[in-house]
Amino acid sequence: MDLSAINPVLLIASLMVAATPLLLAAVGELIVERSGVLNLGVEGMMIIGAIAGFAISVETTSPMLGLIAAMVAGAVLSLLFAFLTQFALANQVASGLALTLFGLGLSALMGRSYVGIKPPAMAKLDLPILSDIPVLGPILFSHDPVLYFGIALTAAVYWFLKKSRAGLILRAVGESHDAAHALGYNVIRVRILAIMFGGACAGLGGAYISLIRVPQWTEGMTAGIGWIALALVVFASWKPWRVLLGAYLFGGINVLQLNLQAAGIAIPVEYLAMSPYLITILVLVIMSADKSRAPAALGRTFHASQ
Amino acid sequence: MKLTKLFTSAAVALGLATTAMADTTKVGFVYVGPVGDGGWTYEHDKGRQAVEAAFGDKVETTFVESVPEGADAERVITQMALQGADLIFTTSFGYMDPTINVAKKFPNVKFEHATGYKQADNVSVYSARFYEGRAVQGHIAGQMTKTNKIGYIASFPIPEVIRGINSAYIHAKKVNPDVEFSIIWAYTWFDPAKEADAAKALIEQGADVILQHTDSTAPQAAAQAAGNVVTFGQASDMGEYAPFPRVSSIIDDWAPYYVARTQAVMDGTWESVSTWDGIGAGMVGIGEISDAVPADIKASAMEMVAALADGSYHAFTGPLNKQDGSAWLAEGETAPDFGDDGLAGMNFYLEGLTAQIPN
Repeated sequence: MDLSAINPVLLIASLMVAATPLLLAAVGELIVERSGVLNLGVEGMMIIGAIAGFAISVETTSPMLGLIAAMVAGAVLSLLFAFLTQFALANQVASGLALTLFGLGLSALMGRSYVGIKPPAMAKLDLPILSDIPVLGPILFSHDPVLYFGIALTAAVYWFLKKSRAGLILRAVGESHDAAHALGYNVIRVRILAIMFGGACAGLGGAYISLIRVPQWTEGMTAGIGWIALALVVFASWKPWRVLLGAYLFGGINVLQLNLQAAGIAIPVEYLAMSPYLITILVLVIMSADKSRAPAALGRTFHASQ
Repeated sequence: MKLTKLFTSAAVALGLATTAMADTTKVGFVYVGPVGDGGWTYEHDKGRQAVEAAFGDKVETTFVESVPEGADAERVITQMALQGADLIFTTSFGYMDPTINVAKKFPNVKFEHATGYKQADNVSVYSARFYEGRAVQGHIAGQMTKTNKIGYIASFPIPEVIRGINSAYIHAKKVNPDVEFSIIWAYTWFDPAKEADAAKALIEQGADVILQHTDSTAPQAAAQAAGNVVTFGQASDMGEYAPFPRVSSIIDDWAPYYVARTQAVMDGTWESVSTWDGIGAGMVGIGEISDAVPADIKASAMEMVAALADGSYHAFTGPLNKQDGSAWLAEGETAPDFGDDGLAGMNFYLEGLTAQIPN
């Protein structure tokens, strides 16, 4: 066992990278669920974002265009879900699952010709002077822009929900769509916008995996992160900062346990392997002992005639 | 995760039902990953395509990909048998018990299970001696490392994986007595993000050679990003990362076996057998050793490949001790395939490895 082999600075830097896709997808889903819609299609939208972002950045050699394409692709796919649940009034759980299956299949088809190709590299935001600061430099100032975007997005979502009038309307729709409707708000429109936002975030999270974290295209490469994002939103009791905490905990313990294994620590591997799930759930459950609860209208279908 | 896979496989399995035809031999394949993984499943699917190419209209192949190991596999295999498959290849270790269970219910269907050890009247087992390839890897890796630290991304603690670790280790040790192995158990065959994280953790801790026993090319990409890290292709050539970081590879070639077994079913000569072929029979191939490897190392590696192929050298030749120091093989003795301390059920590390095998 040689714990000195673990460099805490590099560890923290790489846990931030590992947490980012999860954070992006979960923050997007948080908005969707706060508007009263349960979209189980996160995994499908992520994988579509992963391939769309990959394909576009390979074709245009611009990672930035790829990331934008990923957001568009995720949002477009989520429109399918929006149509099914908001206009056709289909069951949200079934539609979400269908979206995931559809996304996984479609991405495999789209990705046929992109297996084994290297994407153009995303430049890190190398801030001169700042990134040279020992310890803080590698942790805070030498990442890719998307990682900072993820943190900024969490802050923005927090502000939106807490402080803005639009956020209040969104929450009203999620708590009681009938009351919001009676007040004259367009429930369907609010929900569609929320669903599209969730799709764009999930798409970006997927592209982060295929363009920055791995970086390559492989079928099924999101490997369940979308499902973890869904669980995270629940355990974070629909609060943005707790989602951030949960994502960093999960990503962090995951990276830490791999490092501990590599250093040959004498804890049985099985415990290390389950630790990210266990500790993240434990911490968030303890934190949610306060009066947080799900949006009251979560998963319920709305039609103006009812 | 489980749920999606369940639904996907159910959907695909249902799709299989619609194309039933008489007079053709139906061959089913159950895959653990997606056919586009670029590694393990990709090579099995190449074998399936070879069967189609060899027999044309006389054969009809079907496959279900990304089937989780365990109970779900049993359902998928049952479904295939119900739809009239004559021969079913189940291509991962974790399908062993499901395959045996389904085989009991369908005595007229032939089953072939890869990398397992449970045989039955209608269940053959087949595997490749990947450890021969690992020996060559260890030989090259031990000489390529400058930090004397080799990272190993392992999947599950099963004999096949443990054999690979042992084989790579003793051959690396032979050419470089200072070499150390850091082993990470990923507990997955296929999860690119996790494999990439594992590779990064190993690299950050100073490993400059990464060996992998997981199926995706993500560790190759991580090594490439790091710049000075050597890798080897796993299961497939992974030639898109040649000549560096990928300096060589272990290639599984299932095509001749799949064609021969399908032929046997057509001829009615199929019997339950246990096949375990290595470099000599062509089931294990060594991908081209790239120019990033110095010529003398390459030459000695090629010699080892030749010796393994003609049987003059066995990858596990004594004297070798187990990790606890007890004797395993005496001077000049080679490892038996089966039996208590045989290769097939290998569940111990060899002397020098410092890690513990997870139970």
